[in-house]
Amino acid sequence: MTLLVTVFAAIISTIIWYKGLPKNDLKLGTLCFLYWGASIMWFVDAIFEYMELQAEYFAPAPVDMLNDLFLGLSVVALGLIIWLIMLLLKDPKGLVKTALLKTTSK
Amino acid sequence: MACFLVPAAEAAVLTVINKTVLSGKTNEKTEESSAEHKASVPFAQKLKWLTNLLWGGSALLAFEHLWHGEIVPWAPFLTAAANPEDTAVMLSEMSTVGVSMAVLITLVWAAVVIGTNYIVKKPAVDIKISE
Repeated sequence: MTLLVTVFAAIISTIIWYKGLPKNDLKLGTLCFLYWGASIMWFVDAIFEYMELQAEYFAPAPVDMLNDLFLGLSVVALGLIIWLIMLLLKDPKGLVKTALLKTTSK
Repeated sequence: MACFLVPAAEAAVLTVINKTVLSGKTNEKTEESSAEHKASVPFAQKLKWLTNLLWGGSALLAFEHLWHGEIVPWAPFLTAAANPEDTAVMLSEMSTVGVSMAVLITLVWAAVVIGTNYIVKKPAVDIKISE
């Protein structure tokens, strides 16, 4: 479930990144790298788990599934927070700097 | 247990290489930029994609390990490092799952680089710009 949630997050962020090209003002590439990197890693984890559990892998207990969903959503939220912090720090359009300077000049 | 440490280690090594060796070379090349250089993505840039993938994935996986109680904020930080039996299992997992993660990410990146080279070399006529 965590893998599935992260893959969807990666696909959605990639589509939004592509739609925003060539401007890329929001630095969505960072978000894509975060989610795709995690998706690939969890895919490998899933392969190893499948090799161990075989068909049982596809029939998880509802409690485990809920926990994995909760984890997946938390991972998506963490990815968004990391991206937001990086966006504000990089401030590609200089909007944060302008806003801060305006506040101090008042 | 600590499989994400292998891709994180690869990311650290590649980041150092990119910052120290390749970034300097790119700056030298841009000074003598020819039409051919302009039509290609610098290797330092491509390597940054790989490090971003590795760092991004490792960061989110580290969170998952924290979630499952495999990482703790006190020494030795990895719960599996507390006793020799768990440490052996952790090292075995790192050498199988961790290495596979690093290899697959590198392979995906290589495919992306090949794709990028193809896109960049595509004749400009094929690119349709919508109004």
